Order: sequence, then structure tokens, then C-alpha cells
Amino acid sequence: MYEFDWSSIPGALPFLWSGMLLTLKITVVAVTAGIVWGTLLALMRLSSLKQLSWLAASYVNLFRSIPLVLVLLWFFLLVPSLLSNLLEIPRSSDTRLESAMVAFALFEAAFYAEIIRSGIRSIPKSQTNAALALGMTRAQAMRLVILPQAFRNMVPMLLTQGIILFQDTSLVYVSALADFFGTAYKVGDRDGRLVELLLFAGAVYFIICFSASLLVRYHQRRKVA
Amino acid sequence: MNYHWNWSIFFAETASGGGTYLGWILSGLKITIGLSLSAWVMALLVGISMGILRTVPNRWLSCIAAVYVEMFRNIPLLVQLFIWYFVLPELLPTSIGDAYKGLNPLLQQFLAAWICLGLFTGARVCEQVRSGINALPRGQKSAGLALGFTLPQTYRYVLLPMAIRIILPSLTSEFLNIFKNSAVASTIGLMELAAQSRQLSDYTAQSYESFIAITLAFLMINAIVLTLMHRIEAKVRIPGAVGGER
Repeated sequence: MYEFDWSSIPGALPFLWSGMLLTLKITVVAVTAGIVWGTLLALMRLSSLKQLSWLAASYVNLFRSIPLVLVLLWFFLLVPSLLSNLLEIPRSSDTRLESAMVAFALFEAAFYAEIIRSGIRSIPKSQTNAALALGMTRAQAMRLVILPQAFRNMVPMLLTQGIILFQDTSLVYVSALADFFGTAYKVGDRDGRLVELLLFAGAVYFIICFSASLLVRYHQRRKVA
Repeated sequence: MNYHWNWSIFFAETASGGGTYLGWILSGLKITIGLSLSAWVMALLVGISMGILRTVPNRWLSCIAAVYVEMFRNIPLLVQLFIWYFVLPELLPTSIGDAYKGLNPLLQQFLAAWICLGLFTGARVCEQVRSGINALPRGQKSAGLALGFTLPQTYRYVLLPMAIRIILPSLTSEFLNIFKNSAVASTIGLMELAAQSRQLSDYTAQSYESFIAITLAFLMINAIVLTLMHRIEAKVRIPGAVGGER
């Protein structure tokens, strides 16, 4: 029978914590950029200009049809060469973190765009009409009347997607970035205690995500009541 | 950019000899499809049974299903995969663990990825099934019982046939997800499609062609699954029923 030995975890806590900070950093950047870009995509997709809405639809469908792992690999390949061409940053410099952030932001934007689009469409058309009747331009109506209401309705969905994104950041493992999971794996590998470290990582993810989703549910129920 | 495009690279013989680079893509495709389909079967079996347990009038049973769903939804897929692959063989009784480690490495990776994907997707299917059953009018269950069906019969002949039809669109997206999620198996060394993209770009130095080819392969799988599921949806639709209109 396997004998557990948890002794390598206490000493590794500072590493694990800095890994968790990196995980949170990627999550926050990707959520923020993803929501901004996702809102633009949603507006493009709802636009009456055919080309624009086609472009946004293709973007969303492309990113929703390929695995995140593949997107990450794409960006670890592309971003360094783009950076070296556009900004003349030497190819050898470490751009893995930037690549990962760009990849997550662009990938998640496709998912946020769909959430935001359905949020916008759930607002009755009479709201737009009322805003226009008050003399607002279309852009003002969208910005001051429709979007604030739509976002309030979407908060639970956006947060749930954020929790999923937080879990997905563990996939930066493919580029050996030292996020929380990557650090746990490295420590476990170094000390020959992979079993304990992997179980520990799983437990930490579970506690964070489970409490976060309970909070989202609580928030949702309070709003309905 | 001075990139030298060379699409004919896929027909060149591989560096290790025997076959072309196109052959690598095809072998990756085979593994991706085999893994996803077999995991999908498990996900449906586990998901539907757990989804039923989640709705039966018994606290303990529905609690078991709830724990299952929360466990598998709140731990990243990658961590789950590593736990199945690296941790479980250590925790099993020594004889079984050793038997597993004695298997062909490809088979070890495939088994771990299969169980992982199947149970992970099963938890999502379970939630869909539950919401499908809950979406049915309460009268359906009462009517089934009043007609003299036992509870299992009510599920088998009344509730499930309707619930599954309602959730078919969301099952379609889970089916698509399982193909995409199978790419995570590349992290334990299983040479499925996504892993082949990396190997191809390492061996051929034609990174863009390799990644474009693999991306197209995933888009193709996506399109095929969508078409197939739309056919099934159209075929099983009951006119006038919930989800039957359109």
C-alpha cells in the first residue's frame, strides 16, 4: 500500500504561492481583455453591416471549434516571431507569459462574445426604441441603456466563465510556465512526491472553484428573491 | 517575414523513415477520434445514470450524484488527467498498479485519458440530464405513476425519452467539447492530433503548415459532428412536443 509523505509541501508553499499569483494574473488579464474584446465582437456580430457581423461570427466559430491546447501552441509559436518583427524584440527573450495571456484573452473573448450577445438580445427592443425616442443616438442607447442592463443580467454567466478560465489556465503547462499547477508538478517531480503534490493541487483548485461557484449561486438566488 | 512555404512537406518521407508526415496526422486523427468516441460512450452512460440519481426522490442517491458533479466540475481537466495517470496507479493495490504499469505505454496513456475524459464529460452530461428532467411538466411523472408504471418504468418510458430530446442541442455541444478536450491528453504524451502538431513542427521545421493542417483537421471534425447531430435532432423530433416545434 502507498505511504503518504506530505512533508515536502510546507517548504514548497512560497513557490506554490508565487505560482498561484501567476495563475491569478493570467486569469485577471484574460477575463478583463476577454470581456472587452468579447463585447466588441458581440456588437460587431449584432451589427447591421453584413461583412462586420460575418467577420465576428467567423472569429467566434473558429475559436470555439479548436482546442485551447492547440491555440496555446499556436501562440507560443506565433507571438515570439510577431514580436520580433513588429517591435524588434529579440526572438530569444522569454515571451511565454505574454503569449499565454494573448492566447487566453483572444480565446476566451469568443466565449464571452456569445454570453454578451445573448445578454444584449435579452433586453426588450422597446428599451432601444425608448432611448431613440428620447433623442439618443444608437451608440448612446447601446452604451447608456442596453449594455448596463445586459451586463447586470450576465454577471453570473460571466463569473462562471471566469471560474472555467481559472481552471483552464493550468494548460499553460504545455509551455512549462510556472503557474500554480506547473509549480506543484515541478516540486512533486523534484522530491519524488508527485502523488501528494498532485492531490494537493487538485484539492486547492477544488476549494477555490467550489467556493467561487457557491458565491455565484448565492448571488444569483439573492437577485431572484 | 521571410517564411518559406512548403506544403508538399506532408508527402515527404518522415525523418524516422517508413511513411509520410501525412501518415502522422492520420495516426493522430485516429487516436483523437477513438479516444473521443469511446469516452463519449462512457460519458453518456455515467451521465445519464447520475442524472437520473440526481432527480430521484431519495436524498442519499441524489447527494451521491451531486458530490460526483461538483468534484469533477471544480478540478481542472489537466489536474484530473494527471491524477488518473500518475496518482491512481500508486494508490491501487500493488498487484493492480504494477499490472497497469506493465502495459504498453500507449495503452496506459489511452486508458488514463479515456477514464478521465469519460468521467469529466459525464459530470457535465449529468447536469444536462437533470435540467432536462426538471424541465418536464410535473404532471408527466405523476401521469406515469398513475398509469401503474413503477418509478424505473416511468423514467424509462416517459421521462427520459422526452428529457433527452430536450437536451439534445446541449449534448451536441458536449460532444464537440469532448473532441476538443481530448487534446489535453497530449500532456501525458498520447500522440493525438494536437501532440502531432508539435512533433510535426519539430521534425519538419515547417511550423505554420503543421499547425494549419492540424487546425483544419479539428475544424473538419467539428463540422462532421455538427452535421451528424443536426440529422439526429431532426430525426427524433416529435412534432408538437417540448423542443419539437421549429
